[in-house]
Amino acid sequence: MADQNNGVSSATTTTQPLWLLAEITYRCPLHCAFCYNPTDYDKHTQNELDTQSWISVLNQARELGAAQLGISGGEPLLRDDIEIIVEEAHQLGYYSNLITSGVGLTDKRIDAFKKGGLDHIQLSMHDITEEINNFITDTNTFKLKKKVAAMIKDRGYPMVLNVVIHRYNIDHIKEILEMAEALGADYVELANTQYYGWSLINRNQLMPTKEQIDHAELVTNQYRDRVGNKMKIFFVVPDYYAERPKKCMNGWGEVFMIVTANGDVLPCHSARVIPNLEFPNVKDDPIKGAWYDSPAFNKFRGDDWMKEPCRSCPEKENDLGGCRCQAFLLTGDAESADPVCTLSPNRHVIEKAVIDAQNPELQAQPIIFRTDKNSKRINEGEENDRLAGFHSVP
Amino acid sequence: MTIQSADIYKIAAHHRFQWEKAQDCYVILFPEGMVKLNGGAGEVLNLINGESTIMIITESLTKKFPDTPSLEKDIVGMIELALEKAWIEKVN
Repeated sequence: MADQNNGVSSATTTTQPLWLLAEITYRCPLHCAFCYNPTDYDKHTQNELDTQSWISVLNQARELGAAQLGISGGEPLLRDDIEIIVEEAHQLGYYSNLITSGVGLTDKRIDAFKKGGLDHIQLSMHDITEEINNFITDTNTFKLKKKVAAMIKDRGYPMVLNVVIHRYNIDHIKEILEMAEALGADYVELANTQYYGWSLINRNQLMPTKEQIDHAELVTNQYRDRVGNKMKIFFVVPDYYAERPKKCMNGWGEVFMIVTANGDVLPCHSARVIPNLEFPNVKDDPIKGAWYDSPAFNKFRGDDWMKEPCRSCPEKENDLGGCRCQAFLLTGDAESADPVCTLSPNRHVIEKAVIDAQNPELQAQPIIFRTDKNSKRINEGEENDRLAGFHSVP
Repeated sequence: MTIQSADIYKIAAHHRFQWEKAQDCYVILFPEGMVKLNGGAGEVLNLINGESTIMIITESLTKKFPDTPSLEKDIVGMIELALEKAWIEKVN
């Protein structure tokens, strides 16, 4: 390993992965319009890692220092080996989290997870109305989610509800929080849609107005003041309306590591949109080498890669120039400043996106739901008009 | 909240306290979070077990670190912080 580099410039790093996200399958019974999974996921649904490979991944990442484990997807419960994976994770000392839509969570399975040592379950909820829940997920899952929430509570798990916020539910924040409180949620994450994957191609259909966001934040703050520590509420601010970008993933290859269904090792969910980066795969490479030595993980560590205005920016340590994937998707240059930044010469693309999202003609275009069929159509180039504004398939 | 010498605390529900070899420190793990504890904080939380009183914990740490000035004050400060963060819960 290289000398201590203070995150400045080196071919290697002294950081350790603390969070491992296992995107264990891209198969999903839901078809959410805002899913951040890659739109071309259909290419990656073959060749899912088998149980033994996941056990090896868990062991290797734990050895490197990972302590938080998210078991995600797709819908992880579509795999029948989650019980084995949970048990292994517990024995290794991970704090493990099942991130689920609730579809497929039976009494038998939740009991097995409890016995195996799963630490918590994060359940996605969509709205207080059955109509919007079913519309945005393109499923009939409203009643099931409430039933699953009760099962989670009944087994003594901390209940973490994740609600992705968009135009269709943002005016229901107060009612959503009331529902969460009534269900006994310990944590609620109000995650304003970030525009990657399916949410990017549906941006005109999903993005709320600045006024709606401001109102939602105000309502959230009032609610938080009232409930205090009893129910912790996180409000994930949407970056399009911000003046500075987010410190994406807390830095590229700094603390997060994602292993995808087919074994690719990534520093963030959407890193594969950046061209000419070859990501390691656990079938070929040990995870240690992937983290420390692979060109892909080292590409955006430190700040040697930065261009102006980031390079000489006094605020560069605050956000590290923002998100590399967003920079590429929207400007065609992964080394440029995240266009969300008002100091970016490309800020106009964000301003145009905000204006477009208020254009009734563009709003009226149909949502492209996350389905295998739509993923295939995208892979075959049938949605190229819709994708023309982006520099890569999101 | 005033910390009393007879108080007993435990690690809060849904939280886990453990030693991390790779990080060479104690950590607190909870839903969506992980906090690395510095040496002193880790030593205090390591003795929070749902049985020992603050007095016993203070005695134990005084024996282990006899030359540390204002040790008792540091321990109380750490307990207060842990309570505020909801990492620990009062038992008695």
